[in-house]
Amino acid sequence: MKSVNIIGAGISGLCAAIELARKNIASNLISSMPSERAQSVLAEGGINAVLDTMGEHDSLEEHFSDTMKGGVYLEDPVAVRDLVSSAPDIVHTLSSLGVPFHTQDGKIIQRNFGGQKKKRTAYAKSSTGKMIMTALIDQVRMYESEGLVRRYPHHVLSRLDVRNGALISVTVNDLWSSKSICFSGPCILCTGGLNGLFSPNTTGTVLNTGNAAAIAFSSGVIFSNLEFIQFHPTTVEISGKRMLISEAARGEGARLFTYIDGKKSYFMEEKYPELGNLMPRDVISREMALLEREKHISKFYLDTSVIKEHVWDEKLSDMRKEIISHLNLDPAKNPIPVSPGIHYFMGGLRVDNNHETNIKGLFAAGEAACKYHGANRLGGNSMLGAFYGGMVAGRNAAKQASNVKIKEGTYEDECLENSLGSDELSKILFSGLKIIRDEETMLRCLGKIDDLITSYTPDSIDRKRALLGYAFLESALSRKESRGSHYRLDYPHPHDDFRKRSCAFIEKGKVKITFEDLEVHT
Amino acid sequence: MKYTLRIYRKKRSSDERYWQDFIYESTDENETVANALTKIDVKWECSCMQEKCGACAMIINNTPSLACGYKLSRCKNGICKLEPLRKFPVVCDLIVDRSILHENLKTMKIWLRQDADFEKDKDSLYRELAYESSECIQCGLCLEVCPNFYLGGDFFGASTVPLTLRLLSESDRENFIENAKLYVKHEFEGCGKSFACKAICPRHIDTERMMVKLNRVAVWKRRK
Ligand SMILES: Cc1cc2nc3c(=O)[nH]c(=O)nc-3n(C[C@H](O)[C@H](O)[C@H](O)COP(=O)(O)OP(=O)(O)OC[C@H]3O[C@@H](n4cnc5c(N)ncnc54)[C@H](O)[C@@H]3O)c2cc1C
Ligand code: SF4
Ligand code: FES
Repeated sequence: MKSVNIIGAGISGLCAAIELARKNIASNLISSMPSERAQSVLAEGGINAVLDTMGEHDSLEEHFSDTMKGGVYLEDPVAVRDLVSSAPDIVHTLSSLGVPFHTQDGKIIQRNFGGQKKKRTAYAKSSTGKMIMTALIDQVRMYESEGLVRRYPHHVLSRLDVRNGALISVTVNDLWSSKSICFSGPCILCTGGLNGLFSPNTTGTVLNTGNAAAIAFSSGVIFSNLEFIQFHPTTVEISGKRMLISEAARGEGARLFTYIDGKKSYFMEEKYPELGNLMPRDVISREMALLEREKHISKFYLDTSVIKEHVWDEKLSDMRKEIISHLNLDPAKNPIPVSPGIHYFMGGLRVDNNHETNIKGLFAAGEAACKYHGANRLGGNSMLGAFYGGMVAGRNAAKQASNVKIKEGTYEDECLENSLGSDELSKILFSGLKIIRDEETMLRCLGKIDDLITSYTPDSIDRKRALLGYAFLESALSRKESRGSHYRLDYPHPHDDFRKRSCAFIEKGKVKITFEDLEVHT
Repeated sequence: MKYTLRIYRKKRSSDERYWQDFIYESTDENETVANALTKIDVKWECSCMQEKCGACAMIINNTPSLACGYKLSRCKNGICKLEPLRKFPVVCDLIVDRSILHENLKTMKIWLRQDADFEKDKDSLYRELAYESSECIQCGLCLEVCPNFYLGGDFFGASTVPLTLRLLSESDRENFIENAKLYVKHEFEGCGKSFACKAICPRHIDTERMMVKLNRVAVWKRRK
């Protein structure tokens, strides 16, 4: 039977498997842990689609323009148009798969989310990602029983065999033994965001180590827009990570404030009267970082007093429970102390409109890929992009599906996964790639990473991670402008010359950066 | 505060088990066992670090728990005893093989065959139940405490209950007939109604209420 290999079993990986199974093509679904543990289960606030159920005359054109504007015009407009026009069908499909979206009188209710003037985000309280994952896992289980999906739930990518610009095979290691398995044929990488390179400073999961991306980068895959890292303005530090306070709270009316010269200031509402607390995330986080830099303000709060008790119960109950449990504070009664934290990676494997990378037969989707979110992703567009990207990648990989040959072997008993917690690389990257950046700091960090690279043995996973880290900093240094989440003190404005996609790749052992036009596809 | 992390270890599945103490200094009163584990060289599983993925289930001071939801400050006399779950085969240190949870869901044929009808369904109470059932994180803590569950037995324990209930959202309830039979065989018949599962569930899933609901349809053949 013809098959395709999929690495990663979050929303994008599951959607790719479903798309393939519907075409009667089997998949080997490989992931470091079962789907229930993937980051997608953490998504809270919702998924965007123009359903126009709120009497606001919402339109596809507005979803398109909000997404383009939010990403500061750095996404490929053709791809974004396709994404937003598929969104309504995607939400209805999810609903028919059993996602209990909030409804009223037979219609899906939508909420406000950042960077969008209309209520466009469909949700299931504050556990939308978990509800979507349960539904998708359920569907994939059906295909598993039919032999159309074969799961490998404790395996990690160890090698991509690329020859003459085409993928020949992928090798994965079993984390529970010293067995390795080599699968021939096309592969879709759905390994999520690059949290592991900034550990433990992200809101995501430690499972997304960045190792798969590092292996891809060293195997010749081009990465785009790595310099764009989303800091979410409302996160809190909890033991071992940053916890997100979803934008849904502000969607329901919560307000950001701080004290400037002893006086309470709702700084977002004062500066941006139209969207106020619902400005795109890059803008809010930057305002907070600038206040910290210029006025030495380090304490910010979310005023939740306007949220009524029944709204907490009906729409935000999970969030409230979580805050009480981790912060010993009832958000319905007290303001929540918040600060920005790393939340999403707009950059990733560069893919064309078929979701194929520059390596023939290697596809990518979900947060691992760079496609729809430009310089700053809008809340609610990511699950949409993961679902849609997984589908498109599955559809196109199907055309290259082959009779996969499987070869078992062994690997040295050394767990490939990087140790948890913060490592040296994460520390350097986190200090060089903050909300406000400058050349001097980034160059200093680049030097440190260079030292790391030379200290590691060739071909080690640590060296591959360090090379990808180098590419992050080099991309940020090369973009001599400010746009979206990339803000440089030395180049504080956007520049038309840089309305381009950055491309990082390895040439003769060295990291190179180029810029390409947005609508150029391989 | 100084803690002793006393860990029941086993480096490979074929090795002998042994206890090992690690002395750990914590400066944060909110620090969790999970965070302490990231600082020492022991194998365990974790992902979300906020009680939402089920990866880090283990036995902490004799209580089956999620390590990321267990604060070090709860440990009496600074002793924190960590063991892998006992009902599942140990892979290495605190990692156990819980693939039986996945296999049982497959045996129970838990998947929607047709459309769920939430959008049309005006019964919001029912949607609320479906929401609650979708919250199961497949951690396996309910199986760990269940007096009737054992690996390889015909009784599957509480971890298949929430997702079975979710199937009632299907518009064509005829499809449920096969699931109902499997439910009776693998759930209803083996359950001794201690409902230890309900008390331990980290997602506060009310398995008792869910079984009452399922019994109405699967055993007593009511429509909902
Ligand atoms: C707290 C939080 C809240 C969010 N809320 C929202 C929201 O409301 N709306 C929205 O649209 N988006 C939201 N997002 C973002 C969104 O959830 C993610 O971007 C999206 O779910 C990513 O899906 P994915 O399929 O790309 O990857 P993931 O779900 O991250 O899955 C990655 C998969 O890859 C596997 N994997 C990783 N590395 C390897 C490896 N080396 N080898 C093998 N397997 C590997 C993992 O096991 C996992 O199965 C949120 C994110 C967070 C962290
Ligand atoms: S029912 Fe509760 S205890 Fe059992 S697997 Fe699900 S979440 Fe875990
Ligand atoms: S790490 Fe996810 S529940 Fe503990």
